[in-house]
Amino acid sequence: MIDPIFIAEAAVNGILLGGILALLALGLNLIFGVIDIVWIAYVDLVMLCMYAMYFLVQVYGWPVWAAGLVSLLLGALLGIGVHLLIITPILGSPPVNQLLATGGLLFFIQSFATFLWTTDHKTVRLSLPSYEVAGIFLPAGRIIPFAISIVAMVALYLFLTRTYMGTAIRAVSQDRDAMRLMGANPQRVYIVTSAVGGLMAGLAGALLIFQYSVHPFFGGQFGPLTFMICVLGGLGNMVGAFVASFIMSEIISVSGVLWSTEMGYVIAFVVFIVMIFARPGGIMAKRQ
Amino acid sequence: MSMLELRKVTAGYGHFTALWDVDLTVAPGEAVAVVGPNGAGKTTLMRVISGLIAPRAGDLVFEGATLAGRPAHEIVAHGIAHVPEGRRLFPALTVADNLKMGAYLPAARARYAESLERVFTLFPVLAERRSQRAGSMSGGEQQMLALGRALMSRPKIILLDEPSMGLAPVMVLRLFDLIRRVREEGYTILVVEQNVRQVLKLVDRAYLLEVGRIKLEGRASDLAEHDFIRKAYVGL
Repeated sequence: MIDPIFIAEAAVNGILLGGILALLALGLNLIFGVIDIVWIAYVDLVMLCMYAMYFLVQVYGWPVWAAGLVSLLLGALLGIGVHLLIITPILGSPPVNQLLATGGLLFFIQSFATFLWTTDHKTVRLSLPSYEVAGIFLPAGRIIPFAISIVAMVALYLFLTRTYMGTAIRAVSQDRDAMRLMGANPQRVYIVTSAVGGLMAGLAGALLIFQYSVHPFFGGQFGPLTFMICVLGGLGNMVGAFVASFIMSEIISVSGVLWSTEMGYVIAFVVFIVMIFARPGGIMAKRQ
Repeated sequence: MSMLELRKVTAGYGHFTALWDVDLTVAPGEAVAVVGPNGAGKTTLMRVISGLIAPRAGDLVFEGATLAGRPAHEIVAHGIAHVPEGRRLFPALTVADNLKMGAYLPAARARYAESLERVFTLFPVLAERRSQRAGSMSGGEQQMLALGRALMSRPKIILLDEPSMGLAPVMVLRLFDLIRRVREEGYTILVVEQNVRQVLKLVDRAYLLEVGRIKLEGRASDLAEHDFIRKAYVGL
């Protein structure tokens, strides 16, 4: 019999993991909701930002906050670059071509990273304290990233609901031509959306590097999971993606303690498949 | 001196030509209607003026500046607001956010509060519904919001494409009253309508568009008495 305190601890860890997953899912889902293209290579951009963090902090000894800012900036630039170089030319083409193009980008980034940095796992370790609350072990190295993720998501929410540009981003996703009639250049709105999506990837990279080692195939670890969360929450549905992140992270974390981490992923995927049959529009979709 | 002038405009989609050599002028302060049957090219005409499609040939001049081929988002900045067919609101945004998007351009943004007050005075129901989602309102209220959203950009001319479409007859009459009030505020209006009898009471001049060509042009009161129009469109 497993001590209930371990399950409680797993549940807390699930919440802490869910924060970062939500960051990834919201970034991917924002881009999909507005531009209507799934960036298959989204988590591979996160991987590039993690390498930036590794080199700046571990190799060149930069302070973490300065490296983090560089990672944010790199993420935003990568987002803009992907939009201008890869997405813009294929905006009007059939969805399968769009999947092939962003999928091709994934292989390009993975191979390029292998070429430059080999397949070695690179790690950044910070010595941060841990706290014990009611018998549950809480490492600061997980609480701080979680808190930063939540702050970032609140900032994203305020940006999307309170500013002209944020509202325009939501409006373009509903009616592109009508937004042109309001005087907005859709391409400009897309570039800002891609930059914000990239910013989220840069932040996720800056936070993940302290918990996971980076290697060229890091995208395979979190990419499918992120995509699954977006589908579960309803593609383009930000609230749905947020909720689905925590559902998935709890399943993985709790069943990881009950059985094994591998089993946790198996159960998460089974839940996902069942949910797709039960609620194809995502958990937040209205019932037919 | 005309405010808006189309000279020999030809336009279409792909291999299909929807407008042939259309000449049309609107003077400042004037209200002008374009009437005609379904598929005559009325919506295409509006889309050419607002820049959603580029004309193939001909010229589009607004206050002395050539706008033919300019993208839609630049044309709005010149003071042309287009209320498209079917209203095209942002259904999941609130009424307030839809109005905010109407004032997206920097010049309009600077006068947002003042514009909002004017729109709320003209359409008090929008003030009551400001935090409701646009998609959840009735057809008439949605048309008011579409008009209000266009006014938020501080336009010089408003293009109205089938404003009465999909509205109950009693609402159509109310809507035409509201458009009349917008007109009295000094806005220049170019309206496309199938509801010919109503629209001819509203405007100064009208054009009859058929199969992409201007067939008749004249004062609204004369056209209303014109045998051809009476038989074909007014149903008298």
